[in-house]
Amino acid sequence: MAVADARVGMRGSLADEHPIAHLVIRRLAIGLVTLLVVSAVVFLATEVLPGNAAFAVLGRSANPTRLHALERQLYLNRSLADQYWIWLSGLLTGKLGTSLANGKPVWALVEPRLINSAVLVFVSGLIGALAGVTLGAAAALRKNGWLDHIASVAALAVTSLPDFVVAISLIILLSTVVFHLLPAVSLLAPGTYAWSQPRLLILPVATLVIVIVPYIFRMMRAAMTEALESDYVEMARLKGVPEWRIALVHALPNAISPTVQVIGLNFLYLAGGVVVVEFVFNFPGIGQELVFAVDNRDIPVVQVTVVVLAAFYVVMNIVTDVLALFATPRRRIAR
Amino acid sequence: MTGIIRLDVSDLQIRIGASGPDVVSEISFAVAAGEVLGLVGESGSGKTTVALSLLGHARRGLRITSGEVRLDGVNLLSLPSRDLRAARGARVAYVPQDPSAALNPALRIGTQIEEALRVHPGVVEDPAARAVGVMREARLDATPDMLRRYPHQLSGGQQQRVALAMAFCCRPSLIVLDEPTTGLDVSTQRHVLDTVRSLCRSYGVAAVYVSHDLAVVSGLVGEVAVMYAGRIVELGPTSRVFADPAHPYTRRLLAAVPSPYRAEDMTGIEGQPPRPGRRGVGCSFAPRCDFVIDQCRVAPPDAIAIDSRAVRCIRADEVRAPSVSRPTSARRPASANQAAALSLRSVWARYGRRPVLSAVDLDVQSESCVAVVGESGSGKTTLARCVAGLHTNWTGRIMFDGTLLDPGLRGRTKETLRRIQYVFQNPYASLNPRKTIGQIVAQPLEQLLGLPFRQRSERAASALADVSLSADFLDRYPDQLSGGERQRVALARALVVEPDLLICDEVTSALDVSVQAVIVEQLRRLQRERQLAMIFITHNLALVRSIAQTAVVLRDGRVVESGPVDQVLEQPKDPYTVALIEDVPVLAGAAATEGMTPPSIQRGRSGE
Amino acid sequence: MAAAAPSVTDTSRRGANRMARHPWLSAAWVAARTPRGAVGLGLACAAVLLAIIGPFVSPHSPDALLTLTFAKPSGQFPLGSDFLGRDVLSRILNGGWALLLMAVLATALGIVAGAAAGISAAYLRGRSDGLIMRTVDVILAFPQLVFALLLVSVLGPRLWLIVLAVGLSHAPQVARVVRSATLDISERDYVKVAELQGMRPRKIMTSEILPNLVSSLMVETGLRLTYSIVIMAGLSFLGFGQQPPAASWGLMINENLTGLPLNPWAVIVPAALIALLTIGTNTFTDAFARVAIGIDRRPEEAALIDELTARESR
Repeated sequence: MAVADARVGMRGSLADEHPIAHLVIRRLAIGLVTLLVVSAVVFLATEVLPGNAAFAVLGRSANPTRLHALERQLYLNRSLADQYWIWLSGLLTGKLGTSLANGKPVWALVEPRLINSAVLVFVSGLIGALAGVTLGAAAALRKNGWLDHIASVAALAVTSLPDFVVAISLIILLSTVVFHLLPAVSLLAPGTYAWSQPRLLILPVATLVIVIVPYIFRMMRAAMTEALESDYVEMARLKGVPEWRIALVHALPNAISPTVQVIGLNFLYLAGGVVVVEFVFNFPGIGQELVFAVDNRDIPVVQVTVVVLAAFYVVMNIVTDVLALFATPRRRIAR
Repeated sequence: MTGIIRLDVSDLQIRIGASGPDVVSEISFAVAAGEVLGLVGESGSGKTTVALSLLGHARRGLRITSGEVRLDGVNLLSLPSRDLRAARGARVAYVPQDPSAALNPALRIGTQIEEALRVHPGVVEDPAARAVGVMREARLDATPDMLRRYPHQLSGGQQQRVALAMAFCCRPSLIVLDEPTTGLDVSTQRHVLDTVRSLCRSYGVAAVYVSHDLAVVSGLVGEVAVMYAGRIVELGPTSRVFADPAHPYTRRLLAAVPSPYRAEDMTGIEGQPPRPGRRGVGCSFAPRCDFVIDQCRVAPPDAIAIDSRAVRCIRADEVRAPSVSRPTSARRPASANQAAALSLRSVWARYGRRPVLSAVDLDVQSESCVAVVGESGSGKTTLARCVAGLHTNWTGRIMFDGTLLDPGLRGRTKETLRRIQYVFQNPYASLNPRKTIGQIVAQPLEQLLGLPFRQRSERAASALADVSLSADFLDRYPDQLSGGERQRVALARALVVEPDLLICDEVTSALDVSVQAVIVEQLRRLQRERQLAMIFITHNLALVRSIAQTAVVLRDGRVVESGPVDQVLEQPKDPYTVALIEDVPVLAGAAATEGMTPPSIQRGRSGE
Repeated sequence: MAAAAPSVTDTSRRGANRMARHPWLSAAWVAARTPRGAVGLGLACAAVLLAIIGPFVSPHSPDALLTLTFAKPSGQFPLGSDFLGRDVLSRILNGGWALLLMAVLATALGIVAGAAAGISAAYLRGRSDGLIMRTVDVILAFPQLVFALLLVSVLGPRLWLIVLAVGLSHAPQVARVVRSATLDISERDYVKVAELQGMRPRKIMTSEILPNLVSSLMVETGLRLTYSIVIMAGLSFLGFGQQPPAASWGLMINENLTGLPLNPWAVIVPAALIALLTIGTNTFTDAFARVAIGIDRRPEEAALIDELTARESR
């Protein structure tokens, strides 16, 4: 055993004493830096165009006066650093600018959509996580049984599919060609909230759930199998512990840790996945808005949307890491 | 054998799958209350498979196909699963080989100990009190703090005590211990063995102790069963079997165990035991046996009774002819060349901020071998790495042949690198799996000497011949070799460039006893022939005498004792050395120590 | 002295030799013979063949307006027509090669960049490692699709840009995987042996480390290829890939969505082909991974191997 040096003990690192606090602080720091970098990249990417932004928006045949006016509006007459600072400070204080496409304030445009997308992401994420964990555990407990085989093959196939293919298949199956149960396209006016017409949530949520369940299923199955085949489970059997207790008390807690990380990764994935799904189902969320904005070169909206998505990413990363740490006593508690 | 028979195993057979080749067969033995039976064998003998079957358990893919395991009269193998589960833990308990893997990393110690009681309701009156009691007996602090800990917060010794506590808490009739002291320090090992012995005595528990370490077993068990290739080849009282082995394998195995009392020429057993499915028709030991005759290859021998033992050999009587003591190796004359090939002065080494070596002084004469002995954490491997150049965080002076050694490899010339060679402990990690043996052995010739292809091939082939490997090995890949063969390849690779100093870092710790003996003997011979200086790192005191002229004992990074081997082992000055030597299990009653008086320090060892 | 010791797996010696020399070839061959591998390879090959040979066997020009919009399948137009009256079959046959090409290029870019970064970070350690991995963390903060969209919004849907964006977005994940595999390998004793022989770091990387990385790298390549195809198809579905009137499977799905009740084949067939391609590559990669890493053996085999490794590890 290592000889503890008194000097070393006094300067004992934060990492060993309080792993959770240490992790959160480190992640927050990295997260903030990341967001700054992201905002800079977004800014540079959208502002530093061949030709300038105003030109790009208005096109070649623009009237010079209008060009000048727009330039002033977009602060293009200032230096680059100035522009960045103006933009960033605006972002932080909530002044997010105005949409170039329809003149409305960006936040008013983005806020209800953000909430709609959030509902979509969290509902899908929760249902998907529950379904994946349950199926994965069941498959591992009856390994090589019929449920396991079917589920594994199906999981492999579905993970390969692009999400819009899944969406289209659901549409074909449930609303257009085969059956006509659900509306294919949502008729929600932009600006309304998703829960006002819950029926319209079904297909988008179903698509997202189908897309993420296989990943969670496979991880859970693998982790559960590894736990069930481990030495400590063999030891528990040799102690006479009944199978139900082995599955619940011995295997499950060990299988949860890597699965939590995969669940977190899938939430992250959903941040990007909503883009396509909302587009297909015409769902008034932030993803759809991003696509419209990119189409229209509506720079302020693009900037805000991307930064919001990146912020969600960062926060989700931290939450996942913390949860995973909680689930693994070995990392959580120092020796 | 007096006392009630608790365990009665008859004709046990276990196969791979329902009809595959058998892994163990015709296993029969019995154990009485309060007695301990030793199940001894090397890797691949099937001893762990037998141990698990005593709880009615078989690993994935294996099936118990015939035989009975009667515990207090009840055949465990015919019990319905609910009754079997009730019996496990309560009537028969298991102590695992690797407690760090056998304890659930996500559950607290307290939970796991209490669980052993809770799943057998009614067996114990007051589970909470029993839990505390059994922890005390296993010499653990039965405090709430300890109970709340997770396994990773305990040391290896503590983890094993937890496993012992769990095994004894329901006071079972039979305990099966599967190499429970592997990986533990000698002193911890001693404590664990003492605990086992006293618990068995106090509660009249029968025990089966599985081990590959004959010395440990000889001090602990009354009866021993020697296993080879899935069968018990010899079964009888320990004192008789070890003093007067009747099976050729037992004989050779005993001859391979090193003795701390005298330097010996060590003889191992060449070759390997046959795998399941390749055991052929006759006696499985025939290909490696000294006493083999044609009749041996016809059918596997039945067990015959000789002198209170059961032996599976048709020539058992001849095998028992009066034993020839092993030749003492000729005492090497003190090296004429007194100049130290290597000397360390005031070496202090650290890992990050943690000190690992403190004020180490060491000399290695050319043409002599220094054994560096210590327990885990003593810094012996770090010492080796500092000399080799793999560890650079040290201060002090290391002189090699008169010149100062640079801490890092970059600062050393190719010539220096050539003259100091290193052999690693783990033969499974030191050979690149993507290269052939030929490429591996020839590589240093290319890197350090820049020899052309033809010369490299020739020297590689001759290096392999030096370690008794034929030229076929040149084209093989490491996956196709056994552990012993791989270690020999590593040795060949080190010696092919004709170094002056060879550093052997626990090179036999991962190998079976019979293979270890082969390697050590090769090393001795090569050292003599090539007049090498050698540093031999080991935790196994028994080996030291047979291979080294000088011994150095390290403790927590400091040299506590050093001097000629005989002197250190027979008249140790430091109390730590004394304790270390005392704790080393010695093969009591072995044929090899016939006629020798053990040194005076050996105080009365309990339990013979 | 003693005769040569019998080798452990004498029957498969030649097989083992070949295996070790070209691990990826053998593993691929073995994988192709498993049920999953065969199915995966078959599906992928079918789709790839169709994409590559398609343009040469297409009955009509993909751009020609030949008939009514959304006409049902008939003798002359086996899959009917699309929203402009063009032959769906011809458009299908012409619509795959660009997707495939871009995906392969993006994957290659991602693997090369990621592997280089990962290996360097792992072997060089210290500050370079920290720097590279922090950059990786930052890039991973972006969803791949959003990153591509961002660039497209700025520079327009240039194809080379999309390949670059998707390729670079793969690099961080590849770097992570390669770095951890390299770290694992560089701790092994045989790498230390090479250091003790005075081998230079670059030679150690190519001679000792890289050959042992090959299988993980192959698996990662397969996965990345699948994702590349998925993202490229998604981008073209959103309208940010090849622009109309080009024939592209993803774009076709988008264009013909409104005509689902009339001629569903204009949507179903391209979707099915994309699915075939991605399922095929993913399944084959999975089969390959199992062979190379040896997961999920049958119990009897596992027991034999356990016995072997148990004895070896003593």
